[in-house]
Amino acid sequence: MTLLSLSGVTKRFPNGTEALRDLTFDIAPGEFVSLLGPSGCGKSTALRIAAGLLAPDSGTVTRDTSEIGFVFQDPTLMPWADALANARLPLDLKGVPHSEANAAARAALARVGLAGFENAYPRELSGGMKMRVSLARAMAAKPKLLLLDEPFAALDEITRNALGDDLLRLWRETGFTILFVTHSVSESSYLSGRVLVMRPRPGRITADIALPADRTNRLAPATIEAQRTIAAALGTVTA
Amino acid sequence: MKRVLDILLPLAVAALLLGAWQWAVSHYAVPAYVLPAPSAIARAFAANFSSLMTALANTLIITLEGFAGALIAAVALAVLFSQSRLVERTLYPYAVILQVTPVVAIAPLILIWVGFEHITIALSLIAGIIAFFPILSSATQGLKSTDFNLIDLSRLYGASRWQILWKVQLPSSLPSLLTGMKVGGVIALIGEVTAEFAAGSGTATGLAWRIVESGNRLEIATLFAALALLALTGVLIFAGLSLLEWLLLRRWHESALTSA
Repeated sequence: MTLLSLSGVTKRFPNGTEALRDLTFDIAPGEFVSLLGPSGCGKSTALRIAAGLLAPDSGTVTRDTSEIGFVFQDPTLMPWADALANARLPLDLKGVPHSEANAAARAALARVGLAGFENAYPRELSGGMKMRVSLARAMAAKPKLLLLDEPFAALDEITRNALGDDLLRLWRETGFTILFVTHSVSESSYLSGRVLVMRPRPGRITADIALPADRTNRLAPATIEAQRTIAAALGTVTA
Repeated sequence: MKRVLDILLPLAVAALLLGAWQWAVSHYAVPAYVLPAPSAIARAFAANFSSLMTALANTLIITLEGFAGALIAAVALAVLFSQSRLVERTLYPYAVILQVTPVVAIAPLILIWVGFEHITIALSLIAGIIAFFPILSSATQGLKSTDFNLIDLSRLYGASRWQILWKVQLPSSLPSLLTGMKVGGVIALIGEVTAEFAAGSGTATGLAWRIVESGNRLEIATLFAALALLALTGVLIFAGLSLLEWLLLRRWHESALTSA
């Protein structure tokens, strides 16, 4: 049973760079998977191909759902619209009736801790709050698959940790499937149940690490141990 | 307090200049056909009030008609450009040619083609031609500089081309479009004045024609009054468009926040 499956995916950029070679992985429903690697290893390209925003040169992508939420590294909000209208965008585009869409967007904003900020404009919000609106927008349409492209990379560590905890809580509450692109070992070790380690030039997966379930917090021995395992797998990247 | 000063200081300068002007004209006994005193201009303005107001209304309406036509045509073409690179590459050079050809040079041709019996159409067409390019280029720029990720995201949620245009690209192009509209609005007036000059006697009925006519009759005070009204028209157009910009952008765009 898989929700998302990439098989033998290759991608070459117009300038000749081989971005991805023979990328193959499966994600089962309900999984929280990190795609981890150094900058420029093709993780974002892989994610865009997984979302269907980019077509692979060869290989196949199978998605068991068309209900996808996507979060970019930048909040990517509409500056002319308030938080509610931003969170409502996917529903508006799908033609969901206005009152129903408003209720869903309101609920999504409340889930990310932004109740009361419905009418705030992006420029009135902090970086972390903007990212929360972006998360709320991705969740408003209740997607089965949530794709996140280094969503917290531009935030300070305190905000990043808070948003990570929220994401984990939301994942546990809603049971959607997450593919999380990151270059942070500690983030992937704490948040995800499985880590796919990527190697650059050409981008490919070099390790598929299942993490134990008892990583109750960032400093739990199991989390530290997971970091060691992931770092060792990454070590082969730099060696 | 700062606001009051912003208004009071320019007014004080105006009072000072007008006072100096009034004094200089009487002190050096400058002939009225060279430089009339402000008081003489005020008298000429009062004496010709209704005809000057009619001329003002004519100039303003023709300018706004031309501007409105240019706005509709420019935005429509910019939208077409944003949908097809091929159309843009094919047509953009012609828009540039239209812009770099001095409007005074095409004015006589347009007047002949449209005909003097439809003089207001000809005048607004000339005003529109000159206003067209700044609006086109800024609208095109605005539509093109839409956040790519936002477009991708909309596509991911199944948005159609027109939904993306309407919900994402057009709102995102507004700041740039409004800048182009401010430039276009002001130069539409320049185009209208040029067109009135080119149209010549007996046909044009706006402020520019009043300037030519008063000059010919050596009614320099009336000329000054018409000139002042023309400057006022330009200010009115600019202020109106700035107000529109502020109303549309005040909640979200930096430019409207700093100018407010």
